[in-house]
Amino acid sequence: MNPEETQAFEEKIYAFIGRENGPPKKGHDAVNEPMIRHWAEIMGDESPVYTDSEAAINSSKGGIIAPPSMLQTWSMEGYSMAGDFVQDVQRGLHNVFDEHGYTGVLGTNTTTEFFRDLKPGDEVTAHTVIDSISEQKATARGIGYFIETVTTFTDQDGEDVGRQVFRVLKFVPADGDASASSESTDDESPAAPTRIASPRGHDNGWWWNAIDEGKMLIQRCKNCQTLRHPPRPMCGECQSIEWDSIESSMEGEVFSFTTLHYPKIPGYDYPLCCAVISLNEGTRIVSNIVGIDHEDVTIGMKVKGNIEQVDEKTMLPQFYPAQAGE
Amino acid sequence: MTTLHFESINVGDKLPAKEVPITSSLIVGGAVASRDFTTVHHDKKAAQKAGLPDIFMNILTSNGLMSSYITNWAGPDSTTKKIDLKLGAPNLPGFVMTITGEVKAKNEDHGTLEIEVTGENNVWGMHMQGTVQVQLPKGAQS
Repeated sequence: MNPEETQAFEEKIYAFIGRENGPPKKGHDAVNEPMIRHWAEIMGDESPVYTDSEAAINSSKGGIIAPPSMLQTWSMEGYSMAGDFVQDVQRGLHNVFDEHGYTGVLGTNTTTEFFRDLKPGDEVTAHTVIDSISEQKATARGIGYFIETVTTFTDQDGEDVGRQVFRVLKFVPADGDASASSESTDDESPAAPTRIASPRGHDNGWWWNAIDEGKMLIQRCKNCQTLRHPPRPMCGECQSIEWDSIESSMEGEVFSFTTLHYPKIPGYDYPLCCAVISLNEGTRIVSNIVGIDHEDVTIGMKVKGNIEQVDEKTMLPQFYPAQAGE
Repeated sequence: MTTLHFESINVGDKLPAKEVPITSSLIVGGAVASRDFTTVHHDKKAAQKAGLPDIFMNILTSNGLMSSYITNWAGPDSTTKKIDLKLGAPNLPGFVMTITGEVKAKNEDHGTLEIEVTGENNVWGMHMQGTVQVQLPKGAQS
């Protein structure tokens, strides 16, 4: 979208702010024991006040109650949600997003307050307002907008029984139509994530390719014999672009280090100790210190490296404390 | 199943961790129990069209798992007052979600606890994180 199109789109979506999502929605069924039991079974909720009328009568609840988190369930539209969508205001808003490529939808936050326990026979009605729409945001899922709706739930006497704020992200899926990249025969769950792949370019691909073969190389200037790392095209000492390499002993000592605890990026083990290691050859390398509690790592500690397969796709140098006497 | 007393709980108390294997059955069952027939929670192709590799857990089920984690700990005479939930990475079939909780605050006047609850799955990380406010009976009732 160019800026004018974005502006026209945003005018359309922001016009929805403050609108009621159609008439209040009264639940198809009153609060009832079979739906409560079904819910408690699946959620693994063992509280007898949901399913055992005798125990419930003898409890402080005085009888069966519905799990509070079922609140929204009582006024859900049901099976028609799987077919043609109910044409309410919120759906109209989502359609505007869909038409402009924002086909992804993801709930991001809910805040639900419960004003009283619901009992079988209570009738729940939901009153929903489109409360706010954010400005455009870049998110991990893709570019999108957050839509916040506020629903007030009332009972058969018109009294408020609860309130929910619901925030969803409507976004452009980051890699377009994800189904295109997924085999139709793929019935397995997504593979465990691997570490972020090392970028292999013209100037450094050879170094990573050697790692894959179990060797850690150090680039050497052919003209002045100076070693350098990370790989780059020109010698910093003599500006020669002629180079070869030597194989590293992978022995050295910790020059500096840090330990990552948060955020936990999938594919890595935490706490993750990342160190700058001074190799005996004289160059330095950034790698992980493993095989030791991160709290015992010290600057100057002698280390010895191995090339290891750290996940399904990744070979990496990993450094261990050097054995005494080595 | 007995109910905990407000007086017996201290800020900093940790709830026992619970592992929840995420299966297609749990995702579909939870969606149907909450009458949420949105296609992405039972139809893999629809989920893929929405940008995910498989069906994923609906929010009502996340809410339900979070609140049942609390009521199973607190007991039948507890009352859940509020669930504030932030959703992170989706829960997909094959994942395992570990739910943990810690008592963060006590309100003496209302007899309520603020419990921070986190559900982290083993593949994509944080699925849900939030605070549950739960009221416990005071005194020698059991």
